[in-house]
Amino acid sequence: MKKNPLHDIAIVATYNTRQSRRLENENDLSLILEIIRGLIDSAGVKTSDIDGINISTPVWNLKPREALQILNSETRWCGNEFMGISAVLEAAGAIATGQAEMIMIASAQAGEYTSGESTAPWTRPTHEFIECFGLYTAAEFALCAQRHMKLYGTTPESLAEVASTIRNNGNKHPKAAFYGKPNVSPDDVLDSRMVTSPFHLLDCCITSEGGAGLIITTAERAKDMDVDAVYLLGAGTDRQGMSYTRAPVWDKCGDIGKRAANRAFSQAGIRPKDVDVCEFYDPFSFEIIRQFETYGFCDLGEGGDFVMDGRIALDGEFPISTNGGLMSFGHSGTVQMLQKVTAAYDQLCNRVPDEINVANAKVAMASNGGSGALFCDVMLLGTEPA
Amino acid sequence: MSTMGDEALLNKPGLPVPKATVISQPHWDGCKKGQLLVQHCDECNAYTFPPEIVCPQCLKSSLLWKQSSGKGVIYSFTVVHRPQRPEFAAPYVAAIIELEEGWHMMSNIIDCDIDSIEIGQAVEVSYVKREDFSLPMFKLLTVP
Ligand SMILES: [Zn+2]
Repeated sequence: MKKNPLHDIAIVATYNTRQSRRLENENDLSLILEIIRGLIDSAGVKTSDIDGINISTPVWNLKPREALQILNSETRWCGNEFMGISAVLEAAGAIATGQAEMIMIASAQAGEYTSGESTAPWTRPTHEFIECFGLYTAAEFALCAQRHMKLYGTTPESLAEVASTIRNNGNKHPKAAFYGKPNVSPDDVLDSRMVTSPFHLLDCCITSEGGAGLIITTAERAKDMDVDAVYLLGAGTDRQGMSYTRAPVWDKCGDIGKRAANRAFSQAGIRPKDVDVCEFYDPFSFEIIRQFETYGFCDLGEGGDFVMDGRIALDGEFPISTNGGLMSFGHSGTVQMLQKVTAAYDQLCNRVPDEINVANAKVAMASNGGSGALFCDVMLLGTEPA
Repeated sequence: MSTMGDEALLNKPGLPVPKATVISQPHWDGCKKGQLLVQHCDECNAYTFPPEIVCPQCLKSSLLWKQSSGKGVIYSFTVVHRPQRPEFAAPYVAAIIELEEGWHMMSNIIDCDIDSIEIGQAVEVSYVKREDFSLPMFKLLTVP
């Protein structure tokens, strides 16, 4: 089989700012500067070594081309605004095709979500067939969960198990927005107030402020650097049109990400059972259950049972959202998409407190997007090249 | 009982109204006349909603507006307790309706006991005025 150029690419540095409900005296530009400095320091490189960027901030509306101006006047490769796995993949493609050798990707958000009266601005769709009926992100994902529960008998207890597990990981991560919060039991989740059925408050992600970034380069270059390298093993991106513009009909979008995951596993030459850490998109508890089914960890309809009995705990077979994910670590606009990749890197490089470190983890799977959003991207990463 | 059957609450100032487009305008015009219009392709017989510029099934541009029976079933639903914005009177029921012709739309179930809503229940369109729009919402179809 022809060698996949993706396998010559490695992540060599990550950086997360502190995440918080509100970061007083910060804005997304101040956070971006902290990330840029942090990444350069962590990778041990000079600004001039970075010959490509994809840096954006949704609030101050810093576009990648504008961000170039912060990094002196050298000409560089410049990516598009879309964040997360697809940004990493775009940069990997640029490196693989010789457009750049070392690319910095970063995003940050602060200062936007100021009113508690409405749902966060980025969760409020404006489409003509959605907005007027009072829908928003949580309600759209709830429509998928509710259908799944009806078809397969998935229980609120399974959803609560997921939420409890994720939250209890995050409260042990020093940079998490919910660091230091007391543990949450599945019963606490079920006892929390209903937001949009079947999601209780604690089934839902938080909204917060913060930023994250990473540097990727060639595997060759990584060897010459004094860094921990994490290699790209496989990836896939599934799209079904614009998010939040049409009904998330389970029969059509329920398995979004399947094509992407099949592609990623085939590229990596591994199977779901080989995954040690699952840094999955976790906006709502149910979405984890859906992804285990969609990616082939278990059969369709069995996800509810699959997540029980400690299987998704840190010492279980498939630990999920080990930094607390969107429910506890942070959820600031599109930053969370990139944070699934940084979480995978940090876990594989043992850069998390012992309490939440998964022993001997060699392969991680990261994902962005899900059923209600009509897109789903996945990436497999490893401590050894494919 | 859901407050969502209350005309005054459903037409409260500040509630979002649809931003109609050139493509979708006939649908909203139809609602004003009490007709639930959906695009239909004469070539391949497919229904398309939300409205598009061509038939996504066969790419023919010959989409025609056809009147739906306005009857269908609840494909999925959620009882929303935390409203999208404060003007919405919560709790309310947001749902995906599967129309008799096989197409789907998002809407609200109104005039219902929110605790007894179930997937598969039969519903029928009912129009609710909001500013200059008539919004197609749905009521449970009671078996005579
Ligand atoms: Zn057609």
